[in-house]
Amino acid sequence: MSTVATSLKPKGGIGKEAAVTFDGAAVRLGGRMIWSDVSVSVAEADFVAVLGPNGAGKSTLVKAILGLLPLAAGTASVLGQAPGDLKGQIGYLPQRHGFEAGTRIRGVDVVQLGLDGARWGIPLPGSPSRKRDAARVDEVIELVGAAAYARQPIGELSGGEQQRLLIAQALVRRPNLLLLDEPLDSLDLPNQAAVAALVRRICEDERVAVLLVAHDINPIIGYLDRVIYLAGGGAIEGSPEEVITSETLSRLYRAPIEVLHASDGRLVVVGQPEAPFVHGDRHA
Amino acid sequence: MPEAAVFQGLSWNPLTDLHQLFAYPFMVNALEAGTIVAVMAGVTGWFMVLRRQTFAGHTLSVIAFPGAAAASLAGLPLAVGYFGFCGLGALALAGIAGTRRSLSAESAAIGSLQALALALGFLFVSLYHGVLNGLDSLLFGTFLGITTQQVIVLLAVALAAVSLVAIAARPLFFASVDADVARAGGVPVSALGFGFLLVLGLSVAETSQITGALLVFALLVTPAATAHQLTARPGLGIALSVALALAVTWLGLALAYFSIYPVGFYVTSLAFGLYVLVRLGRALGRQRRATARLALEAA
Repeated sequence: MSTVATSLKPKGGIGKEAAVTFDGAAVRLGGRMIWSDVSVSVAEADFVAVLGPNGAGKSTLVKAILGLLPLAAGTASVLGQAPGDLKGQIGYLPQRHGFEAGTRIRGVDVVQLGLDGARWGIPLPGSPSRKRDAARVDEVIELVGAAAYARQPIGELSGGEQQRLLIAQALVRRPNLLLLDEPLDSLDLPNQAAVAALVRRICEDERVAVLLVAHDINPIIGYLDRVIYLAGGGAIEGSPEEVITSETLSRLYRAPIEVLHASDGRLVVVGQPEAPFVHGDRHA
Repeated sequence: MPEAAVFQGLSWNPLTDLHQLFAYPFMVNALEAGTIVAVMAGVTGWFMVLRRQTFAGHTLSVIAFPGAAAASLAGLPLAVGYFGFCGLGALALAGIAGTRRSLSAESAAIGSLQALALALGFLFVSLYHGVLNGLDSLLFGTFLGITTQQVIVLLAVALAAVSLVAIAARPLFFASVDADVARAGGVPVSALGFGFLLVLGLSVAETSQITGALLVFALLVTPAATAHQLTARPGLGIALSVALALAVTWLGLALAYFSIYPVGFYVTSLAFGLYVLVRLGRALGRQRRATARLALEAA
């Protein structure tokens, strides 16, 4: 059944290089194979959604790209290097539950941490490097449209406002690859669409490849270039129209799946098992 | 010539009173020690409040008590007991945090450690057959009898600890605000957490020597918590935390000098009064802004 995890169409137009390439990759966590035989690629400046049911290994994929989890099989290349070799060039926003209401730290300081949070020592006030840093922080806050509230304590902001500031933090070092793990999770629908539109704009203006882990494709489908769908211990990659079909998903899940088109244009995936899959048969 | 100065009580003449404050070497030592301790407590306290580790800090201060009692039982300088026990306590707390159990399991383990420390302190005091007349000052602080040598030890430890915090300031801030992103960005989050607990242990050991084990929080938590209320800027917040700790220490020492009440009472009450004032002021400000907004919407 290893044919499941193949790309539907080789991706990468002329002049577009791959930001992430996984070839026959597998990750094992605590003795359990999360997924295997995964071959996917993300082209530079592409906006790619990572979809799939709970426990399919979406965050695991992000952590494997970061080099936080080793591959059990296969090869991976991230911005032309082995995963984990270039921390500064990847912006990362982990899955989270927002800042507590009592967090008395300004948004602008949280963004600044993305720039200098790993540096030791204290810079002299008024030094040129400090001014350069402050200018870059202001620029990136402007880019995500958070200037109006960036100087308020982050704990007092709404989920959407916090998410914009965290995206700014991930962008502040001009990464070539942005990994966003469920950034839309705790947002209402209008905010989900607004953040997706922002990510689309960043993708094009800043030439950043974006991998966005999401639960629901509907609020973001209009902004996406590609989709990586994880399920049944494997993965499939393609354009949203190619991947989100009854036939493709049934093949991936190895179970009958129906993709319904609601009258309002929404896609509804019916019949997907939410529990983690049993993988024994794949490797038998 | 200190000998020439004669204690006359509060004269209400600021110059004369200030002159009196510095007339005796014991008082100069107390002011120096208080200044050193306030700066250190202000800095480490700000990070402790940010990291929500006040319970760990409190436990360390309770551990300071058996440390001091054991030292006096063994005839050693009190500082040996304070630094030794608080250092060991920090290691134990780091061990508890390192097991990565749930938060509730962690606080239960820390609480058990705290009870054991108090019991040990009580045992050491009992073993001393009741002649440990310094029990009050171990628990509630004193500014009498601080030697010049003690001041030098306090200064050396404080300089080392504050320099360590300064070097690690930004990674520590990052790890405290957002551990996951910091870890992904290459910040050694666990090592920083361990190192900070050790620095916190040193701070508690220093502060205990002025405020007593039970009133450490007057300098370690209250000024820092007040600073967090007053500003969300990190640099300004740390500076404010230090300034407030200094203010309550100096005022507390002066008040204790001119009255019959203990220094721990003054320092704690001043710090608490400031904290309450700031909370009230902020609540009033919020209410006024909300009313203004309502009025604006109604207009």
